[in-house]
Amino acid sequence: MKKFSWRKAALVAAVVPMMALSACSSQGGKPADSANAAGGGQAVSTPRIKVALITHAPSGDTFWDIVRKGAEEAAAKDNVDLQYLNDPDAGRQSQLVQQAIDQKVDGIAVTLATPDALKDVLKKAEDAGIPVVSLNAGEDVSAKLGAFTHFGSNETLAGAAVGTQLAAQGFKHPVCVIQAQGHVGLEARCAGVKQKVPGTEILYVNGQDMTSVQSTATAKLQATKDADVIIGLGAPITITLLKSVTDASSSAKVASFDLNAELAQDIVDGKVLFTVDQQPWLQGYMSIDAIWQNKRGGFKIGGGQPVLTGPAIVDKSNAQDVLKFAQQGLR
Amino acid sequence: MASTTTLPPAPASAPGPRGDERMGRRSPFQKLLGRPEVGALVGAVVLFIFFSFVSSTFLQPNAFATVLYGSSTIGIMAVGVSLLMIGGEFDLSAGVAVISSALTASMFSWYFSMNVWVGVALALVVSLGIGFVNGYILVKTKLPSFIVTLATFLMLTGLNLALTRAIGGSVSSPSIANMDGFASARAVFASDLNVGGVDIKIPILYWVILVLIASWILLRTKVGNWIFASGGDANAARAVGVPVTKTKIGLFMAVGFCGWFLGMHNLFAFDAVQSGEGVGNEFLYIIAAVIGGCLLTGGYGSAVGGAIGAFIFGMANKGIVYAQWNPDWFKFFLGLMLLLATIVNLIVKRRAELK
Repeated sequence: MKKFSWRKAALVAAVVPMMALSACSSQGGKPADSANAAGGGQAVSTPRIKVALITHAPSGDTFWDIVRKGAEEAAAKDNVDLQYLNDPDAGRQSQLVQQAIDQKVDGIAVTLATPDALKDVLKKAEDAGIPVVSLNAGEDVSAKLGAFTHFGSNETLAGAAVGTQLAAQGFKHPVCVIQAQGHVGLEARCAGVKQKVPGTEILYVNGQDMTSVQSTATAKLQATKDADVIIGLGAPITITLLKSVTDASSSAKVASFDLNAELAQDIVDGKVLFTVDQQPWLQGYMSIDAIWQNKRGGFKIGGGQPVLTGPAIVDKSNAQDVLKFAQQGLR
Repeated sequence: MASTTTLPPAPASAPGPRGDERMGRRSPFQKLLGRPEVGALVGAVVLFIFFSFVSSTFLQPNAFATVLYGSSTIGIMAVGVSLLMIGGEFDLSAGVAVISSALTASMFSWYFSMNVWVGVALALVVSLGIGFVNGYILVKTKLPSFIVTLATFLMLTGLNLALTRAIGGSVSSPSIANMDGFASARAVFASDLNVGGVDIKIPILYWVILVLIASWILLRTKVGNWIFASGGDANAARAVGVPVTKTKIGLFMAVGFCGWFLGMHNLFAFDAVQSGEGVGNEFLYIIAAVIGGCLLTGGYGSAVGGAIGAFIFGMANKGIVYAQWNPDWFKFFLGLMLLLATIVNLIVKRRAELK
């Protein structure tokens, strides 16, 4: 068996460089000039503080990557030692908060997707005198759980914004695609759409498997001939839905929530009607910056009210401007 | 290995599908009942008739092509996973290994600005390598496959995330759609074939081919006997000269190959891959194999069964959408089918043992 593997290793060692030499792509790929994009600005001279950003994000999700980038840039500028932690499991997320308290951090930024699970541990943070900021999810419970401010976009409002846009453009029968069954925020988005366009139908797909997203959405469009618009709740999902529309030869238009570079390009090209951006970069940036400002001068942004980072509509009229930022991973 | 032709039927508990003279005296109907996939076949027929009645869309050619496509992305993996389960092991890393393969191909070509076919070739090496490592550790340490592949699953999940971020600066791989070789690779791995006005996705074709090859290996070759024997009773098999070590490592590599294939389809169908995908899909492959009559204890099952299992999964998954039902019930439905299929398999197997 061993001999067999050596032979293969040798084969690979010989073949790969040979192929590689003659196989450079004439276009695309990593930009040769890899300009350092990690914020070159000057940092403040206040004492270094330690802040934990604890989210309910599943690992490997593009949306949360943008939140993290915003937080990292604020941390670099505010001389903050940032610790990014995430766990989609509510119980384990609260344990992460506990760990941050144990480490005596100077501030905690946390998402409140599951307020009940975090209630007790946030009380402990309050008792320990650690300032807490909430972001993304939990707008209505933020103050009650002891956070001094909240940065996020109200999901129902965002959904309603999409619904209003669709209603104005005369759409009657949207299909709203939820990629994680039972996710409160995503359900709220579709509920918001349905509020404005009563004919809205919900379709559940498995967001962990794009081929399954595509085929299930195709099935839905084939079965629902009168569907006039299909809505993805995340940029990668929406891009996949475009393929489903083609596969099903459906006349449905496509709308979206959230953003990435490819989706921005699709809006510029007119393939996607519009998207609602909750500006995740801002959520990350503002959370860390707000804790710094609180340390710096006792400031409380929002004066106890949640600070909305969205919904911001990106459509053909402004997509071109947004695109260049999306390509940098900011939008 | 001249003795393989006289190999005893793999362990008493699991008569092989051929080579057992007791099977010869039965009527064709009894023969059919002895097949591992019979439970699944009955289930598939019932489900097919059921959905044809409740949904008018289900039987339309385009809709059915969609059902088949949904089945094929599970089914391609179920081929490898079924063989592996007949060989007595299973692989929890199969779901993320698909994404690892896609990420390898895309990140490598992107980072070094290579023709994407170089990345595709490297991904094949990596996929086979993952299978080899799984199998090698398993046979060397004699640890159960649950532990070994769980470890690989976790490591691959971590590597997918960490390396993608470290190399590309984002958790999603950069789009390689404008690179050299992309168009031809897409034609091979992710194109549509127009058959009589119906767009058939190419993975369906590959799925069928893989099932045929796997069935041929299982039923008509020496290696097939080795697989049944290794899964039935590894020690007994070793005693009669079956290269159990080689067989098991080979089976893990076969799963790797299927993973590479599906990974390439994912990559070229969507030109970018999110590094967090794939988690949980390993169970769908195992479910397909089990519904199709493969026993968790090994030594019994068929490649066709795995395919029927995947088809049942695809029909249920898409059928609920065509029937315009509340999808809240899908997982319940799937669990029920899994239970029923396994019970039918159990009954059939006990009957077979009694006779």
